[in-house]
Amino acid sequence: MNRLQVLWQSTVGKKAVMAVTGLVLVAYLISHVLANLLVFDGPERVNRYAALLHGTGGALWSARLVLLVAVILHVVAAVQLTLRSRAARPSSYVAGREPQASTLASRTIRWGGALILVFLVYHILHFTTGGAHPEFIELNPYHNVATGFRNPLVAGFYAIAMIAVGLHLYHGVWSSGRSLGVSRPSPRPLHRRLALALAAFVWLGFTAIVVAGYLGVFGRAG
Amino acid sequence: MNLILHIWRQASPSVPGAMVRYEARDISPDMSFLEMLDVLNERLMERGDAPIAFDHDCREGICGSCSLMIDGLAHGPHRGTATCQLHMRSFRDGAEIRIEPWRARAFPVVKDLVVDRGALDRIIAAGGFISAPTGGAQDANTILVPKPDVDTAMDAAQCIGCGACVAACPNGSASLFTASKLTHLGLLPQGQPERYARALTMVRRMDLESFGHCTLHGECQEACPKEISIDTITRMNRDFLRAGLTAGRAAVAESD
Amino acid sequence: MDLHSRVPSGPIELKWDKHRFEMKLVNPANKRKYTVLVVGSGLAGAAAAATLSELGYNVKCFCVQDSPRRAHSIAAQGGINAAKNYRNDGDSIFRLFYDTVKGGDFRAREANVYRLAQISVNIIDQCVAQGVPFAREYGGLLANRSFGGAQVSRTFYARGQTGQQLLLGAYQQLEKEIARGGVAMFPRTEMLDLIVVDGRARGIVVRDMVTGRIETHIGDAVVLGTGGYANVFYLSTNAKGSNATAIWRAHKRGALFGNPCYTQIHPTCIPQAGEYQSKLTLMSESLRNDGRVWVPTRAGDARPPDQIPEEDRDYYLERRYPSFGNLAPRDIASRAAKTVCDEARGVGPGGLGVYLDFADAIGRVGADAIRERYGNLFEMYERITDENPYRVPMRIYPAVHYTMGGLWVDYNLMSSIPGLHVIGEANFSDHGANRLGASALMQGLADGYFIVPATVSDYLASTKLEKIDATHPECRLVQEETAVSTRRLLGIKGTRTVDSFHRELGRIMWDKCGMARDARGLQEALARIPELREEFWRNVNVPGSDTELNQALEKAGRVADFLELGELICRDALHREESCGGHFREEYQTEEGEALRNDELFAYVAAWEYTGRDAEPRLHREPLDFEYVHLAQRSYK
Repeated sequence: MNRLQVLWQSTVGKKAVMAVTGLVLVAYLISHVLANLLVFDGPERVNRYAALLHGTGGALWSARLVLLVAVILHVVAAVQLTLRSRAARPSSYVAGREPQASTLASRTIRWGGALILVFLVYHILHFTTGGAHPEFIELNPYHNVATGFRNPLVAGFYAIAMIAVGLHLYHGVWSSGRSLGVSRPSPRPLHRRLALALAAFVWLGFTAIVVAGYLGVFGRAG
Repeated sequence: MNLILHIWRQASPSVPGAMVRYEARDISPDMSFLEMLDVLNERLMERGDAPIAFDHDCREGICGSCSLMIDGLAHGPHRGTATCQLHMRSFRDGAEIRIEPWRARAFPVVKDLVVDRGALDRIIAAGGFISAPTGGAQDANTILVPKPDVDTAMDAAQCIGCGACVAACPNGSASLFTASKLTHLGLLPQGQPERYARALTMVRRMDLESFGHCTLHGECQEACPKEISIDTITRMNRDFLRAGLTAGRAAVAESD
Repeated sequence: MDLHSRVPSGPIELKWDKHRFEMKLVNPANKRKYTVLVVGSGLAGAAAAATLSELGYNVKCFCVQDSPRRAHSIAAQGGINAAKNYRNDGDSIFRLFYDTVKGGDFRAREANVYRLAQISVNIIDQCVAQGVPFAREYGGLLANRSFGGAQVSRTFYARGQTGQQLLLGAYQQLEKEIARGGVAMFPRTEMLDLIVVDGRARGIVVRDMVTGRIETHIGDAVVLGTGGYANVFYLSTNAKGSNATAIWRAHKRGALFGNPCYTQIHPTCIPQAGEYQSKLTLMSESLRNDGRVWVPTRAGDARPPDQIPEEDRDYYLERRYPSFGNLAPRDIASRAAKTVCDEARGVGPGGLGVYLDFADAIGRVGADAIRERYGNLFEMYERITDENPYRVPMRIYPAVHYTMGGLWVDYNLMSSIPGLHVIGEANFSDHGANRLGASALMQGLADGYFIVPATVSDYLASTKLEKIDATHPECRLVQEETAVSTRRLLGIKGTRTVDSFHRELGRIMWDKCGMARDARGLQEALARIPELREEFWRNVNVPGSDTELNQALEKAGRVADFLELGELICRDALHREESCGGHFREEYQTEEGEALRNDELFAYVAAWEYTGRDAEPRLHREPLDFEYVHLAQRSYK
């Protein structure tokens, strides 16, 4: 059996795969939120940025491929591990199990993840291909954002999904360091606070855009 | 005090079990939880009923035999306490208490509250040792162990093998159990030669025993009567990944 | 029957080496043809099973717990002695030997004790190599402490869990051998009888505690490492499952029982809180370094301790033993507590307790310093009693803790049945009439790792055994007898639970054959126990069937044996008309209340032979010679 197989077939290895792919996606999310916050600076810069990305041609598609592979590996590992954990306790406790240490974030990570996956599909249709956006204009993200959140249902869905993203990041960023065996032992670990800051930043950043979009802060210019 | 107990009764592994209601009257708050069950059993037998089977032995929190899920909490409501060290004064008069066995696929119920935890022994047999056959050991003081290392190793080595970590884990994972042995042996100089092979074989065995995976909820650490930290799991992951990625082919082959 | 101790000739320091050379070896290619049955998986049993398997023998190991890691060795707190002299404080093999013989009140076999002291050194090396996390100094060297009044620091420890760590070390070696295929492990399996064919131990009959199946295992040698019998007292510090069934049934098949009356009582246990009490918890004796022991001066004084003024308190240890005070030896402190409680001056529920008061120590050094020293013990005490010992004096009472007696063995640890070896607390060998602190772990591991693997090899190499299997008439007979007696217990369908008999037996034993014994009380016990036994077999209620996990049935079998063993203990105590170590006869004491040994008449091992149901056992004597340690009176003046 080769080493990659050993890793993939073990629970610890699969968790490491989830951690690595998760961190790749987190890195992308950070750049994504920073770029998107440009909408508050008016149409020019954010549209220029979009044009710049599309101008790179192959690089954009390579990045998209990396993200796609990361998402697939992350989801496949998550599904397999979830099935495994269900199988590990075929009959559950009649009186339930009282959570002691787990957080809302850790307990919702699976359903939150599933929600994020559904959101992701919608989000691509909404802002990348435009199929789900009634007023979509190719390569005009400012306009798309400005018009995309006027619908309360859409904005609401985005807001809920961002809560899921924030919770997912809070547990995911923290636990990935442990899954990869790199965090230092500590009763008050630094990476727990780091995860909180990161999750809060990503959540606030995206939510601000959604709320602003819904309230019509962005003009129809551009 | 008087209590209402709902206790899992199951005659054998092959028949379905159910919660059965019992009234326990005139229970002294100074009794240990297991003594309360003793009293209940004595009364059941006096009535000609079958007593409730539960595992117990040392009754001072070190042998790891006792294993009860009490109101959804492994070993009951107190931190760092095994069921045998829990006293009835922790409950209020008139309380309803639900008592179940550990539940995991790897821990099949034998009878009532007794489960088979042989899977934990098999994880140790897969590599939870230092190969040091009797005889021929060098003088003990030729092996120097830095005090902080031995202290951390001892924190992990305190594991009593009760299985509360598995019982409390939402995923039914034995990571804390496996990791505590890997941490104990992996921190000592004597444990170095087999360190990475040990991580591979023990994790492999843990997976084969159909335990779940670790999602770092931290429930195990709360349930552990010896308060072993999930830092041990980080160490396990590190050693396992390092073994899988960089250890020689031999180590990987050995784990097959 | 002649008792041959088989102690090798020559100077004591050379006996074991000489003997090791003279013992026969089994050809490596032939070892796998032999099967050794090891019963018990504690320090002695697990170490023996692992080591015999490493040597190449086929080993089968049996334990009653669900895992071999749970044997009661795990509960030992203090430490393990070894004559390493790492502290350069004058320790040596001879000094450990000397201390152990003297501490045992001159009732142990010198050659065995010397060998134990020699091997103690190897044990520490072996355990460290296995990864036992002994406490260390900052330089990385092993730490030591002085323990149990020893004048040298020779005790190695792993926090307060030395027994646990040593047992896990042995257990891990055992699991290594299980994985390799050298040991077949049988957890939840109880030995119910011994099979003796042509005068040699050839097998055991066991009950699978999950399915109830009675099975026979045949082997070429049998090793019993099944622990002590303190649970004959019902309340003891032993685990609930600790029992004497294996050794008692071997005794009934012909193995002599040595010194059954030597039982050790530990002075600082948490007192019984009520009738329902299932076991007693020991607290480290170190508490007596700072605590002052007292009771009210007046009998029946029911005031809470803080309302009893100084002048109404009796610090009886300080009063009676002015130089040793609260640090008087275990047996003295225990007996003194009993005396004041007998005078109705005891405190707490049932009047069975004395105060251990830290108020003065807290006043002197402060609560923080006390917390530093005893924090974990105070916490344990508070968890059990719900009383805060920083504010209210602790209540303590003595409890049975260890049994020095056990099956008689020769120098090879072989019982009077050839092929039956007995190791650890189950044998009578090394502690004489009193065991020193931190010596039990040492003996269990010496027997298991180093002695019995060598002597079993010698036995196998020098014995021609006929091939037999489970169809041998003797095996069938013993298996059938076991099944019959199991069914008999289930068939009685009386009105009293097993525990109620056990509790009653325990009370008789504690009252009449506990810390202090006298002829009248022992005779009363000898009259009462057979009556209780008779009632047991007529009126016990064992519910359930024999084809399932049946904890009441397991207990019933063990209590049936305790009901016989208890009688033998009293008989032995009655016959030994002297006081020594853990055996204190009221009639034989000095004017100051010290134990009065009688070396002229009683410097021997009492080895009892079973002669049949309700028949008087026959006494055999193995005389003890003291060539190296001269007989002397213990003194605490």
